Amino acid sequence: MDFEINENQKMIAATIKDFGEKHIKPKMMEWDEDQTFPLEVFKQLGTLGLMGVLVPVEYGGAGLSYTEYVTAIVELSKIDGSIGLSMAAHNSLCTGHILAFGNEIQKQKYLPKLASAEWIGAWGLTEVNTGSDAANMLTTAVLEGDHYIINGSKNFITHGISGDVAVVIVRTGKMGDNRGMSTFIIEKGTKGFSGGRKENKLGMRASETTELIFDNCIVHKDQMMGNPGDGFAQAMKVLDGGRISIASLGLGIAKGAYEASIKYSKERKQFNKPISEFQAIAFKLSDMATQIEAAELLTYQAADMKNRGMNIKKESSMAKYYTSEVAVRVATEAIQIFGGYGYTKDFPVEKYFRDSKLCTIGEGTSEIQKLVISREILK
Amino acid sequence: MHTQKKNKRGKITMKILVCISHVPDTTTKISFIENNTKFNAVGVQFIINPYDEIALARALELIEGTDGTVTVINVGDISTEPTIRKALAIGATDAIRVNAAPRDGYFVASQIAAIAKEMNFDFILAGRESIDYNGGQVPAMIAELLGIPSVSIAKKLTIDSATATIDREIEGGKEIVSIPFPFVAGASEGMAEPKIPNMRGIMSARTKPLVVKEALAVDLLQEIKIYDTPKPRGQVKLISPDNAGELIELLHSEAKVI
Repeated sequence: MDFEINENQKMIAATIKDFGEKHIKPKMMEWDEDQTFPLEVFKQLGTLGLMGVLVPVEYGGAGLSYTEYVTAIVELSKIDGSIGLSMAAHNSLCTGHILAFGNEIQKQKYLPKLASAEWIGAWGLTEVNTGSDAANMLTTAVLEGDHYIINGSKNFITHGISGDVAVVIVRTGKMGDNRGMSTFIIEKGTKGFSGGRKENKLGMRASETTELIFDNCIVHKDQMMGNPGDGFAQAMKVLDGGRISIASLGLGIAKGAYEASIKYSKERKQFNKPISEFQAIAFKLSDMATQIEAAELLTYQAADMKNRGMNIKKESSMAKYYTSEVAVRVATEAIQIFGGYGYTKDFPVEKYFRDSKLCTIGEGTSEIQKLVISREILK
Repeated sequence: MHTQKKNKRGKITMKILVCISHVPDTTTKISFIENNTKFNAVGVQFIINPYDEIALARALELIEGTDGTVTVINVGDISTEPTIRKALAIGATDAIRVNAAPRDGYFVASQIAAIAKEMNFDFILAGRESIDYNGGQVPAMIAELLGIPSVSIAKKLTIDSATATIDREIEGGKEIVSIPFPFVAGASEGMAEPKIPNMRGIMSARTKPLVVKEALAVDLLQEIKIYDTPKPRGQVKLISPDNAGELIELLHSEAKVI
């Protein structure tokens, strides 16, 4: 086994660090405060090749593996979780779905635009009343001639307003039937399709989360991905990979909070010595470091298995579950180390704390991850 | 030298050499070992010298849209190869590493001049100085060894046919010089914005040529006796705004600035 970070990963990390110092750090608190989705940052990430990390070169992507993809999300999320989240959602959900299940025409049409960030992608499965219970979704598509008429709405959709194209899973069959859902690619501007209300969130505030509304939205049947009834199975596959994204996001947030804690505890003096020299603080740092190391190993293991084309349902769920819980714990302890300053917006850890909580919820809660893991280990 | 051709769009096709140094990251805490005679490189993150990055960025701008080439050269042992590959990831066409630890400015300049002599570059760019030892000697020494002109502290570089126009920083202003090919220039802030490598660049860096050449024997002209680091700064004294008199007294008697 080779645990060493390769040179590509190091160079990607350095690229993102340089980019972040220039284009993210100076404005990120402003975006956080105002809930601004900084579209221009994603356009620039597109120029760097970070909006189609896994997309093969022939479709305009960077053609990298999951290993480098993890590094990219971790490094972005170390700086700003919102940017990490939006980048990950664009890459692994919308773009990833088309890459995995689109036909050649669909891939040729959409992947180059998404990989360059000329277009921003959204993905919709969740509805107001159905999260993980997707089979009971209410949004329906009914075939009339060569077109489907879609009605209903999707909830908690990243880039629901700013997205130029959305991949959505809607019901074409019976309620409660896992074979009763199908996937459509819907472009912004399609009649009857629009973004709805934008959520006002605890954290990840620069990442746009909105409703998607379908009001007699007419979509040509050629916009379907795969066959009628494939939607749910496709979505589950996409989410298997998506969990690596959220694990990486949590890992980046944990690392950011940890590195800030190390720096602060060495600088902050009380009773004539740096607080890092007090065992109460030093042991917190040890716990953080150990948990981050374990989370990192789980995440890279899932990425490595994905690279090899193995089934990663269990491993990606474990990585997502453990890493996201670590992110929350580490960010919480980071605030404790910073004390009163940690509770203010002049220091970076309160943002890590707010952003971290998304990780135990988005793309399947920790409880759902445990359900997936238990089903796999009890087979 | 200077065998440039014009392409269809009338742009000149140039062959440029950029010298890059492998230096500690700007945030490194500097320490020395072996009785303060050797730099402690343990745990140090190395980067391309920031002034060299400016030179590289300008060279790449100048060949953009042409068949021109930018070759990067570094004098260093195998540990500098990740730094060289970063220059390739940023966009350099190919690279040369002269396999030797860079002893001093004269040693480095001699190695680079020997290679440049055989390769007919239109011109050579380097950073004005490296941010570690700050010698600032290499560009001028290369030029001297090749018998060609050199320009230091170059803040702007434009090319017209086989002539370069360079803005130089001088006290209180700038000097604009015109210089024929071939020449050497030491790049400073303002010549270009350093480029961040993209994913495609990073992937292609591994397949671009990186040629290793053995070093020439060069006379040792100087020897480093010892390094010394500045003493840590003392505590800050805070004086109430009501006590302007005390502040003036301290500035005079303690800080000795007035």
